[in-house]
Amino acid sequence: MQEINKEFRVRSSEFGDKAKFIIEGLNAWFGRNQALKNINMSVKQNEVTAIIGPSGCGKSTFVRCLNRLHEEIIGARCEGRVIFDGKDIYDPDVDPVLIRRRIGMVFQKPNPFPAMTVYENVVAGLILEGRKKKSELDEVVEKFLRLAALWDEVKDKLHQSGARLSSGQQQRLCIARTLAVEPDVILFDEPTSALDPISTAKIEELMQGLKKDYTIVIVTHNMQQAARVSGYTGFFLLGELIEFDRTNKIFTNPANRLTEEYVTGRFG
Amino acid sequence: MKNVKLNKDTAFKWLTAFLAFILLLLGIGILLKLIISSRLSFDAFGLKFLFSREWDPVQRLFGALPFVWGTFVSATLALIIALPISIGIAVFLSELAPIWMRKPVSFIIELLAAIPSVIYGLWGLFVLAPVMQQWVEPLLGKYLGFLPFFKGYPLGVGMLTGGVIIAIMIIPTISSISREVLSAVPAHQKEAALSIGMTRWEAIWKVMLPYGRSGIVGAIILGYGRALGETMAVTMVIGNTPNISLSLFDPAYTIASVIANEFTEATYELYISSLIEIGLILFVITFILNAVARFLLWRMKRFEEVRG
Amino acid sequence: MNRYTRRKITEKIMFFLSVMSAFIGIVVLFLILGYVIYKGAGGLNIDFFTKLPTPVGVPGGGMVNALIGSFYLIGLASLFSIPAGILIGVYLSEFGRGPFASAVRFVSETLTGVPAIVTGIFAYSVIVIPMGRFSALAGAFALSLLMLPIITKSTEELLKMVPETLREASLALGIPRWKTIIRVVLSTAKSGIITGIMLAIARVGGEAAPLLFTAFGNSYMTWRPDQPVASLPVQLYVYAISPYEDWHQKAWASALVLMGIVLITNIVARIYARDK
Repeated sequence: MQEINKEFRVRSSEFGDKAKFIIEGLNAWFGRNQALKNINMSVKQNEVTAIIGPSGCGKSTFVRCLNRLHEEIIGARCEGRVIFDGKDIYDPDVDPVLIRRRIGMVFQKPNPFPAMTVYENVVAGLILEGRKKKSELDEVVEKFLRLAALWDEVKDKLHQSGARLSSGQQQRLCIARTLAVEPDVILFDEPTSALDPISTAKIEELMQGLKKDYTIVIVTHNMQQAARVSGYTGFFLLGELIEFDRTNKIFTNPANRLTEEYVTGRFG
Repeated sequence: MKNVKLNKDTAFKWLTAFLAFILLLLGIGILLKLIISSRLSFDAFGLKFLFSREWDPVQRLFGALPFVWGTFVSATLALIIALPISIGIAVFLSELAPIWMRKPVSFIIELLAAIPSVIYGLWGLFVLAPVMQQWVEPLLGKYLGFLPFFKGYPLGVGMLTGGVIIAIMIIPTISSISREVLSAVPAHQKEAALSIGMTRWEAIWKVMLPYGRSGIVGAIILGYGRALGETMAVTMVIGNTPNISLSLFDPAYTIASVIANEFTEATYELYISSLIEIGLILFVITFILNAVARFLLWRMKRFEEVRG
Repeated sequence: MNRYTRRKITEKIMFFLSVMSAFIGIVVLFLILGYVIYKGAGGLNIDFFTKLPTPVGVPGGGMVNALIGSFYLIGLASLFSIPAGILIGVYLSEFGRGPFASAVRFVSETLTGVPAIVTGIFAYSVIVIPMGRFSALAGAFALSLLMLPIITKSTEELLKMVPETLREASLALGIPRWKTIIRVVLSTAKSGIITGIMLAIARVGGEAAPLLFTAFGNSYMTWRPDQPVASLPVQLYVYAISPYEDWHQKAWASALVLMGIVLITNIVARIYARDK
């Protein structure tokens, strides 16, 4: 078994039954390159957890291990335990499709399906389960587009291609698409790095509203963003989790010298 | 007039431009020559040429309908057979096969395109046709004989065997372009599909293939164009009878086949002119299909560049 | 959950069918290769490569005329299409802007899709009719129409991949443009261009359709370009559709030789391209 870092174990138990994820001894590779080294961390329910660190530190890989997307890359694999609601998602009897159904993800680049309309994009995940009554779908589309703060902007363009929206709108469409399958957790992988400041503000605001119903993990290279939106922050460097704590502690009084150097802008 | 010094640089440029101009002339020349040479037949039969079923060199009556019919039906049949297999191969090569297997398998599939048409014909005539006659056609007749397509006596040579042979020949075209199209779909599209709970198959079928649809349509049209113009293999297995029959067991005839068979036997000008006129029909159809396919593939490529 | 089970089963079935498609493709290739080798190997002997064909019923004889005829036709076709194809490729890549170049590109692309039999008709009407007889020249002309766009396209694409800095470096040394193109640009892309030429040769080497009523056929050897000439694909076709058992045997043997030449050229070209 992996050696488990005691300090983090203590902190994991601090969340008690509020722990949505307990990650133990997580290692990940791309081919022969190790991208994550023995990560031990927890994610608290109904809270925003930020993952920060310089480019290439493994923060994206980390969240992609949480919904079993990492393994879809050719040559990529991971080891260790990711306990989600008390069950290890890497157990052999776990179906990754059902896991991803409960753990949604919003990506760095807005990626609506261009062959589908705005409407079809929102319901793309839903109709897989066979819910097909038109009135019901109409309701769902409106509800989640409103939740994603997009309804007013696209209510007249529902049957246009999703690719014809502005990139800020596309990203909110992707959020609506993710919300529509009603997951428990949403992973945001640098969701605003390709967007302008106004769109970024809209999405950050949105995240605050989502917190009460969802558990959120956000990867960001923007430290102000992490400070603004999250309650807990993990700092990654070269594939290792250097420090994990309450966000205000990380940014005001970090325990580790490397964390301090990073958050004060001395490298990265 | 400015005095242009004709140095070697401009001479070289003009040489290449001149050759390019010749290529242009050749392309236009083919079209013009076919039009001029089919004049005689066009004057004799007019538009009726396209709709007449009569092909009787003795009576000097020529109509292209059976050949147009045979060409389209055999090519369509080939496409119906080849398309699912080609998409299957493309999905296998771009999504399912282990990495080490991808290159050798696609190499092997592409070799199918390198085998000369006459060899397909030879194999079709002596191996495939007997198998079709003894096994496939009787079985189809027994279980699907209530359909008009599978009625009649199994001959082995005929529309169905022709369609199967053409299908084998266009599989590499459609599958290799579709594979490229699938590989060009950005990873984030597939990941987005997976992250909303799609299975891998649903991600391919509902997201990745639709994403590359204009490329796939381009591949299909290119394959269809090739199927329409396929000559030797079809000539050897289709039965060469100017029939218009719904039954796929019956022998048929295609435009390319009748040209291949009768061109050297055509003893008078109207006969040759009629053959050239159906050649012109084939040329125009394949020309249009190719232009459309190239446009779709080009647009997809440009679309890719715009999206970055 | 029932619905989900159905989705999983669909996925399994579709993936199985996908694997089967690839399997079918491979099996068909090996069925054809295997059968041609099996039937053709028996007919191969020294005579096949050295003797002229014999009339029906007379045992023995070979295909030397068709074998040499094929190489002769490809050689003649190459004389025009290789240099012209490369130079047109140079034009399109190095000078080709504007509507004229676009038109040339368009015609070249569509020529690749023209059925081979149509180029045969064209060669027939511009060479066979004026000359009054079938000839090697007409056959080679039809083949060169098929080769030209392939070589043009591959040359253009390869030259576009040569980095601009190489051209600039050479021009900066005061080497004139035409010399730069020949010495620097073309020689950098040399191996790719050779691959393109070999693929074009492999493609037309197996063509019978454009030769049926241009080069026609000949039971004897000839080197005269104004005479009809035999070729392996056409001879194979004639033997295959004949009613005679021993001609069928010869057809299989020719198929083996033709397939060998075409596939080896094709494979060598592609391996060569991959190694460079």
